[in-house]
Amino acid sequence: MSARTPKIEIKGLRKSFGSLEVLKDINLHVDPGSVVALLGPSGSGKSTLLRCINLLVVPDGGSIRVGERTFEFRESEKLPRARVLAEFRSRTGMVFQNFNLFPHMTVLDNVIEAPIHVKGLDRKTAIEKGMEQLERVGLADRASQMPDTLSGGQKQRVAIARALAMEPEVMLFDEATSALDPELVGEVLQAMQKLAAEGMTMVVVTHEIAFARDVADRVVFMRDGYVVEEGPAREVIDTPKMEATQAFLSHFHKGAQQRTA
Amino acid sequence: MYEWDFSILWNYQWLFLEGLGITIAFTAATVLGGLAVGMTAAFCLLSPFRILRATALAFIEVFRCTPVLVQLIWCYYALPMISGIEMTPVTASVLALSCYGGSFYAEIIRGGIVSIDRGQSEAAAALGMTPALAMRRIILPQALRRMLPALMNQSILQFKNTSLVSVLAVPDLVYQGQIAAHDSFRPLETYTAVAVSYFMILFPLTLLVRHLERRLGKSE
Repeated sequence: MSARTPKIEIKGLRKSFGSLEVLKDINLHVDPGSVVALLGPSGSGKSTLLRCINLLVVPDGGSIRVGERTFEFRESEKLPRARVLAEFRSRTGMVFQNFNLFPHMTVLDNVIEAPIHVKGLDRKTAIEKGMEQLERVGLADRASQMPDTLSGGQKQRVAIARALAMEPEVMLFDEATSALDPELVGEVLQAMQKLAAEGMTMVVVTHEIAFARDVADRVVFMRDGYVVEEGPAREVIDTPKMEATQAFLSHFHKGAQQRTA
Repeated sequence: MYEWDFSILWNYQWLFLEGLGITIAFTAATVLGGLAVGMTAAFCLLSPFRILRATALAFIEVFRCTPVLVQLIWCYYALPMISGIEMTPVTASVLALSCYGGSFYAEIIRGGIVSIDRGQSEAAAALGMTPALAMRRIILPQALRRMLPALMNQSILQFKNTSLVSVLAVPDLVYQGQIAAHDSFRPLETYTAVAVSYFMILFPLTLLVRHLERRLGKSE
């Protein structure tokens, strides 16, 4: 596959929950090693779109390609089998708003659980690789602690290490900093930024506009289940063309003026 | 005034010990059997297939809404007539008590499983675990911890319910007590001793359950 071929390609994606149409004909592509930020007001469908990429939410129509695996969806068609879904998901990493660490396992056990039981790594190798990932997010010294002894920011960094331990092709972040106290947001954004710099392909749903502007290559702005505006991150955030985007970003820009004034 | 004389019971110590052994063995067998029945019924209740859900629900309600004494007698006398399979008092007792206990365990287990945050199964799925693996490695270990006090309470009831097998002439503690009472003409002392035996085993267990509940309450 050449570097030009997008890592993620989404075509004509549709999803309804009952009579509520959350995604209406979404088209999106993400180049290898690039970072795409999904912005938009709550209820715009950005989280649903992210969850469609690893099929935590199964779309009603359209197609999704991640790496070399393609899924087509038609309303009449049955869902992919559990085993096929699981295999596909093992190659995408996801980080959740509420961390969702496994509370009955130590930090290290959280990280090595899937490599051992999904990938079939032996324990020794899994521990070696797991410690590398914890090192990467700066938490190797917490390996034997239980998750509830960590701060929110540390929990989220463990969650990042846990996802990375599966050596995924892409990483998905679902409002990874929204549940954190303000003073803990920085360490998580830093870990994400480092990951982006190392060339990980990332799709990030976030309310941190400044982060999207600095770290993302492209920004996709969504509202009411549509992609309203899309383009290079700085361009879309600094000079939004569409009214909806301007309205959404006005708070951010106002804040920026006050900060510089 | 009645003159209490417990010393006479000493002659029956082996009878009592044998009865106690059978009571404990019955409890162990019907707790394990009940957990197996309950676990199966709970997974059926959570199944996406309607027929499994309906069957499990019907089973649970039948055993919850009839007295366990009636179930015991029915399993011993009526079931062999229908099924053509001969029942010993022991198999009929284990069967009835396991199904009875299982119908209560089922609700506890189902409740424990659904009480685990959805984010846990989502995180497991996102890591590539199949639903069965996620249940075994992520959901059940957490749910079991949360269910433990309720499961133990139900098992304490199960212990007491084994006293009913004496009606099928299974020689448990109560049945042996009856023999000792008839033989010694000392029913007051005998039944007092039987009651004290149950209490001495179950009281520490209820304290343990209370302790577990407090500890779980603190850690969550």
